[in-house]
Amino acid sequence: MPKLRIEDLDKIVNEQKKITSLRDGAGRVKITVHMGTCGISAGARKIMTEVMHCIEESGASDIIVTTSGCAGFCSREPMITVEVIEQAPVKYVDLDKKKVKEIFDEHIMKGNVVKDYALAIGSEQTS
Amino acid sequence: MSVTPGKNVDEMKYESGGANGYRMYLMLCGGTGCVSAGSYEIKNALEHELEKYNLSNEVSVVMTGCNGFCANGPIMVVQPDGIFYQFLSVKDVPHLVEEHMLKGRPVEKLMFTPPDEKSVVPKMSDIGFFKKQRLLALRNRGLIDPEKIEEYIARDGYKALAKVLTEMKPEEVIQEMIASGLRGRGGGGFPTGVKWKTCREAPGEPKYVVCNADEGDPGAYMDRSIIEGDPHSVLEGMAIAAYAVGSSNGYVYIRHEYPLALERLEKAIADAREYGLLGKNIFDQGFDFDINIHCGAGAFVCGESTALMASMEGRPGEPRAKYIHTVEHGLWDKPTNLNNVETYANVPLIVQRGVKWFTSIGTGDVSENPWGGSKGTKVFSLVGKVRNTGLVEVPMGITLREIIFDIGGGIPNGKKFKAVQTGGPSGGVIPEDLLDLPVDFDQLTRVGSMMGSGGMIVMDEDDCMVDIARYFIDFLVGESCGKCLPGREGLTQISRMLNDICDGQAQEGVLELLEETCNTVTSCSLCALGGSAPNPVLSTLRYFRDEYEAHVREKRCPAGLCKNLITYSIDPDKCNGCMLCARECPQNAIDGEKKKPHKINTDLCIKCGICKDVCNRDAVIVK
Ligand SMILES: Cc1cc2nc3c(=O)[nH]c(=O)nc-3n(C[C@H](O)[C@H](O)[C@H](O)COP(=O)(O)O)c2cc1C
Repeated sequence: MPKLRIEDLDKIVNEQKKITSLRDGAGRVKITVHMGTCGISAGARKIMTEVMHCIEESGASDIIVTTSGCAGFCSREPMITVEVIEQAPVKYVDLDKKKVKEIFDEHIMKGNVVKDYALAIGSEQTS
Repeated sequence: MSVTPGKNVDEMKYESGGANGYRMYLMLCGGTGCVSAGSYEIKNALEHELEKYNLSNEVSVVMTGCNGFCANGPIMVVQPDGIFYQFLSVKDVPHLVEEHMLKGRPVEKLMFTPPDEKSVVPKMSDIGFFKKQRLLALRNRGLIDPEKIEEYIARDGYKALAKVLTEMKPEEVIQEMIASGLRGRGGGGFPTGVKWKTCREAPGEPKYVVCNADEGDPGAYMDRSIIEGDPHSVLEGMAIAAYAVGSSNGYVYIRHEYPLALERLEKAIADAREYGLLGKNIFDQGFDFDINIHCGAGAFVCGESTALMASMEGRPGEPRAKYIHTVEHGLWDKPTNLNNVETYANVPLIVQRGVKWFTSIGTGDVSENPWGGSKGTKVFSLVGKVRNTGLVEVPMGITLREIIFDIGGGIPNGKKFKAVQTGGPSGGVIPEDLLDLPVDFDQLTRVGSMMGSGGMIVMDEDDCMVDIARYFIDFLVGESCGKCLPGREGLTQISRMLNDICDGQAQEGVLELLEETCNTVTSCSLCALGGSAPNPVLSTLRYFRDEYEAHVREKRCPAGLCKNLITYSIDPDKCNGCMLCARECPQNAIDGEKKKPHKINTDLCIKCGICKDVCNRDAVIVK
């Protein structure tokens, strides 16, 4: 990687937007698995494996999987955030493998939010 | 009308009073996400177009706080219609203004279509846990991949560093920090800018910038979470501090019990070096700064500034007297600036968003005096007897009640709230009638507790206040380094007295002796570990003295917890002789025939409570 100049910051901002915003064709769905210490000890790694497994099984190629840190609500881990293109993100809590599969089939493949496992829709208020 | 970003719609309506008659408000999102997607450019374009049609007196453009809907930004809500526009761009503006604002025809193609109208999933802002939180230090939580530096940069990361290096003199950065009123989040609440100034002016080279990520409080994990979730925010804050104080050497002191945080920190430092954001001649501005990690062994006392530095030098982690300041004689006897993880994480945001914005959040007035209030937010780890445990970031000045009941969801299992302990093991216990206390540095100290690093432990009616005090004192006895007499012997004596009280062995007069010993330890200890250790005792004595007295005089534990003071028995009227408790009792201390009331043999009973837990008829009595 080359050393950054100040102008490069904005370039990275724009490139990242392409990758993560889902708008520019990088993907249709983004799944974020929250992997802080709390998430991992509640079983987030298994959730991650199941997500990867579901994707492989479905053969879908338009799904971005990423990880992030603790989402704050530690008592409801494991937690994932599902963001379908041009829709507000949905947070799912208290997950296990079975629920992940159901969310995958219903929400990610068919577009129906799985109400029973969803905590909320939208994002938090930041700065 | 001038409005600061961050206010909500209702406040805004109130401010305008509706009287000076704007017919329409364009609530344009001024959250970071939308700003970086160009909402300020859109604001200018809107104002320009409104001017063109002579609508400036009828339609007002208002920048709001983050809508939380950043993925679809820039976002604008038109009030009173409530029409929601998304993905705006400057080129949409002329058409939008002409159609909607002038001709009153909403522009469908820019409108948001709810994903699925029939779904009843609540919005994040409808959920108590999230609604009252305000994320500054945790601004990227759950949003970025902490292992990808590009994702941090994409959320305006390292722009604050670029700004200070190109536009500000170190003295100006320091002035900005002093004016912001930012106070240390590691416990003491010392104004950060004042510390930086002293460090800059202290003679001696090289200077060091150190980040305190020791976080030894039981039950606290704010700093761990920040490093795990957003390590670059800390590195950027440290780099800005280094520029301000004139240092090129940084260290993070982190306990080895934080393996994930450590791993992500190492990766973050390596990535920042590769991008030239650490190292020589950063951004070609002639500023050098690098960071190394020092792993601590996990001793609570090593979070104390002088013990931390001793530990870094390879000496035993023991504090020294406070009158020699570490900003002047710190690591290797050189001027050293030590701040907490969360303190550093706030710094880039203050540089970027400015003093005016930061001081609009929180309590008091810091314009003349940086000690005059508590500005910004504080992250708490909310644990104990509360429904929603977790990590919460709230504006200073929020009440304890809001944190525990609105965010925390109250006390589980239908129990009654009793007290909350803030500030870690050496914080104080705060009773129910102070629940409406606004949380800030000075208010917490005033009631005998402290902000500390942000632990918050909620207790219910089943918790015995003497036992709680004993628990914390025993922790501190174990963690005391033993260098000074009050810390070594004083705490041990306090622990003995508390254990006697809990065991029913204490004599009349013990409470007076306890208080006296506590006051001696408070005033004579070498460091703040001893100095604040009596807080849990003094505060419980202050607010729950009757509980202590019941233990001492009546040999009774009102909460039914102290084993020596309680007995288990079975209510013969309720017991139906199901034998369940007799079978489960590990001591075989329960006698009884089937369908006849059972009896507990108190000589054998170890008061483990299993019988009470398994009884279906609530027949076990604890007295
Ligand atoms: C016993 C003891 C333990 C401490 N532990 C920590 C800690 O874990 N993390 C921390 O940041 N500060 C801790 N402190 C406070 C530090 O001494 C110091 O005040 C702080 O790191 C300064 O940073 P700040 O001004 O940003 O808060 C502790 C203090 C004492 C007396």
